[in-house]
Amino acid sequence: MDALAAVFIRDMRIATRIGGGALMGVLFFLAVVILLPFAIGPDLALLRRIGPAILWIGALLASLLALDRLFAADHEDGSLDLILLGRSPLELVIIAKALSHWLTTGLPLVLVSPVLGLFLNLEPVAIGAVMLTLLIGTPALTFIGVIGAALAVMLRRGGLLLPVLVLPLTIPVLIFGVSAANAAVVGPVPFATPLAILGALTLMSLVVGPVAAAAALRQGSE
Amino acid sequence: MQLVGSDLVCVRGGRPVFSGLGFAVATGQALVVSGPNGAGKTSLLRMIAGLLRLEAGRIDLRGGASELTTAEQAHFLGHQDALKSALTVTENLQFWTRYLGAGGVGAALDAVGLGGLAELPAGYLSAGQRRRLSVARLLAIKRPIWLLDEPTAALDVSGQGRLAELMHKHLAGGGMIVAATHGPLGIDADKELRLGL
Repeated sequence: MDALAAVFIRDMRIATRIGGGALMGVLFFLAVVILLPFAIGPDLALLRRIGPAILWIGALLASLLALDRLFAADHEDGSLDLILLGRSPLELVIIAKALSHWLTTGLPLVLVSPVLGLFLNLEPVAIGAVMLTLLIGTPALTFIGVIGAALAVMLRRGGLLLPVLVLPLTIPVLIFGVSAANAAVVGPVPFATPLAILGALTLMSLVVGPVAAAAALRQGSE
Repeated sequence: MQLVGSDLVCVRGGRPVFSGLGFAVATGQALVVSGPNGAGKTSLLRMIAGLLRLEAGRIDLRGGASELTTAEQAHFLGHQDALKSALTVTENLQFWTRYLGAGGVGAALDAVGLGGLAELPAGYLSAGQRRRLSVARLLAIKRPIWLLDEPTAALDVSGQGRLAELMHKHLAGGGMIVAATHGPLGIDADKELRLGL
């Protein structure tokens, strides 16, 4: 347990000290959300209707942005070799790393989403619903993303490959995240139904993601 | 305790590197692995550390603390330093001691001559100082097997002397060392393994 806490604290320290990760994601999120109304046109009613979807796509892309460095940095400086020599299960180490990654890049996205929701003419209920679905759904994006991040370690220019690998896997999260947010505003499905499925997807990715990523890293260490 | 490898075969990128290799190191002994570039010195060390799959053969640790694997009782000092530039010297070492086991950070830093730089971010260290910090990791956490890949690389004369002294102490305390090297290590090799001949 102490070893896992050490991994978590180290990653938090590095992320906060180097900085950039959280701000980068938030700025990218902002860019996507601001860009789309320019493409769609100044139709406030339309923006209000598709606003939750825009926020979700923005958050999805932004949360993948910093993910490629998650293991690649440790691989390049040799830390990954030593991590494999430790006595803690690799799966748990990955959970500790993913948790710190989510806190430094995923959580900021959730926190700025209400402000971006105002840009899209969302009602207060919709803003609250999007924020709640992002809070529940973005950890799933991170835990699915670690699979891609682990695979990217083996490949040069893996950073470009990562979104291609990960985006198809995130489709269910996107579907239920957006439908939960829409259900809160227009119905007819009760809000709790898609939200429960979204929560289930997050819990499932919490288990599957680290196990798959650990298998990929063990192969990749050679 | 004895570390024994037998009939080891190494294939890298579809190309055979060595085959039929065997070695044995007992407590208090040092095995020096030498050979030309590409002979498989690093690969052999990574095999012992469990970082590289054995194509054939086996590596056993006889008479050790049985519930731990060979890798869990070994230190691997490779070409890469496993240091994070954003963290200070103490934080880097503290992380590895907490992650790999338990140990005193301050005494280990003093032993490698980095005591005065404890609060400096590791990004400012020179190549030799980074190497010293890696060596401090071996001292801070007690593990019986040291796998050293070119341990003297980037170290100055006094650093090499200090490393030799630390290796002597480790061997005297019942440890074992497998070192890949081109130059003299400053310790008497009890056994020598020449690859690529």
